[in-house]
Amino acid sequence: MTRTREWVYAWLLLAPAMVLLVLFTHYPALANLWHSFLSTPKGSRPAVWVGADNYAQLLEDPIFWQALQNNFWYALGTIPVSIALALLMAVWVHGKIAGRGFLRLAYFTPTVLPMIAVANIWLFFYTPEYGLIEQVTKSLGFASHNWLGSKSTALGALMVVTVWKEAGFFMIFYLAALQSMSPSLAEAAAIEGASRGYYFRRVTFPLLMPVTLFVFVNAVINAFRLVDHIVVMTRGGPDNATELLLYYVYEIGFRFWDSAYAAALTMVLLVILGLTALFQFLVLERRTHYR
Amino acid sequence: MTGGTHVYDARGVARILETAAAWLLGILWVLPLLYAFWTAFHPAEFSTRLSLFAPLTLDNFVKAWHAAPFARYFLNTFVLVTMVLVAQLVLVTLAAYAFARFEFPGRNVLFALVLVQLMIMPDVLIVENYRTMTFLGIKDTILAIGLPYMASAFGIFLLRQTFKTIPRELDEAARVEGCSPLQVLWKVYVPLARPTYLAYALVSVSYHWNNFLWPLIITNSVESRPVTVGLQVFASTDQGIDWSIITAATLLTTAPLLIGFLLFQRQFVASFMRAGIR
Repeated sequence: MTRTREWVYAWLLLAPAMVLLVLFTHYPALANLWHSFLSTPKGSRPAVWVGADNYAQLLEDPIFWQALQNNFWYALGTIPVSIALALLMAVWVHGKIAGRGFLRLAYFTPTVLPMIAVANIWLFFYTPEYGLIEQVTKSLGFASHNWLGSKSTALGALMVVTVWKEAGFFMIFYLAALQSMSPSLAEAAAIEGASRGYYFRRVTFPLLMPVTLFVFVNAVINAFRLVDHIVVMTRGGPDNATELLLYYVYEIGFRFWDSAYAAALTMVLLVILGLTALFQFLVLERRTHYR
Repeated sequence: MTGGTHVYDARGVARILETAAAWLLGILWVLPLLYAFWTAFHPAEFSTRLSLFAPLTLDNFVKAWHAAPFARYFLNTFVLVTMVLVAQLVLVTLAAYAFARFEFPGRNVLFALVLVQLMIMPDVLIVENYRTMTFLGIKDTILAIGLPYMASAFGIFLLRQTFKTIPRELDEAARVEGCSPLQVLWKVYVPLARPTYLAYALVSVSYHWNNFLWPLIITNSVESRPVTVGLQVFASTDQGIDWSIITAATLLTTAPLLIGFLLFQRQFVASFMRAGIR
């Protein structure tokens, strides 16, 4: 093939995927920016340029700040715990342990189930009076507590569900990395007399660093991307205690139909995801040694 | 998936303690599911009372099945998942081939543009994509649920990595035989990348079977709702607090995926692993 023909050929191969990508990723991201400077069209009144009005509204919206804060705590509460548990699970099911098959299955199963379905199950779990948690706490003599209905515990209760759902997923990546690690490393360390804890701290954990960063980035994205359980379990309540950014976008955009303000809120989300991408580009791509 | 003995496996008391901890966590992890099974397979009066003598019943499943058009929801999800997967496989294969084996101006820029979707997923662009679907006049259709996901950056990335590991000699040999680039793709690359395709397919199917927020927004009728949205509509409106029926419905909607997972556990885990290593 001549060079020009090869170029055309390659572009034609790419065209279908690129068209869809532009249409549903790049265009909406840019259009969203544009629409965040317009007003929401109402009835016969078309959208007009309002400058930074939507962003001014955002700065003065206490629910937005609450959602941002909640999302921050939600990320901070779920990410380290799921990563630590995932690592622990991976180390356990990688080694020789009684019932390894069952344990792998148990840890991983929540991952394949729809969030919406597990949220329903957990909702029942948390139900006051009837739920399993109440049954246990009642039999131990504790007072009844509405986990999802009280401001102080609702977000925490949701975090538990997220950790439960995510840890097994992240475990897989650690497990894959552990299995690709050469056993001669451990043998050499053992001959040198390194203790088990020392070996983990100085050899295994550093070698798993790329995986940890990869999992971390994924966990951050998920913390801002996945709000299915909010829809089922709390709808952002009580009193906005479980309002997360994307759920707020959904409420503003599709319950109050204020598309301009929803666009401004989405921009915040896009900036956060953009910063995550930047972090990944600067840290992950530089350190990753297995590409 | 072999483990075998390792030098640094726990020994003695540490081993017993670790095994106990691992099992405790494992039991905690399956407990919600076991509880759901208990509730779904027993009459309502036993849903909160654990008793050895509770009679087993399939009543809750029968009631759930008749209380909402689940058959239609299943059909919709099946159509959705199949449509998305087929479109993804075709688009991703062509694009990955171009990125892996062609030299052309703009390759790096275009690849960077593809990678943008790894961060900014259709899941967060709901407001604008809703606008686009309204403009295209396909709101409330199964096509509208699937369309934003058909060009998958993750798939392109994964397959490009695989294609790059295939020796160029095979490619060149096929070209000498007179194969066109598309024939080479079909006869050399696609067969050799089969494990990657399987991995990608499993990840994609479980993702789109489980997807919820976007389908919830873009669909509005029984004819287009996937099973996740159907379950939510059912659980939030009709049932009040009959947990036995809701749990039965929940298990019902996850059953195909759960059974598939239990049968092909090894492939599932191996696939997720393969999809994660890059």
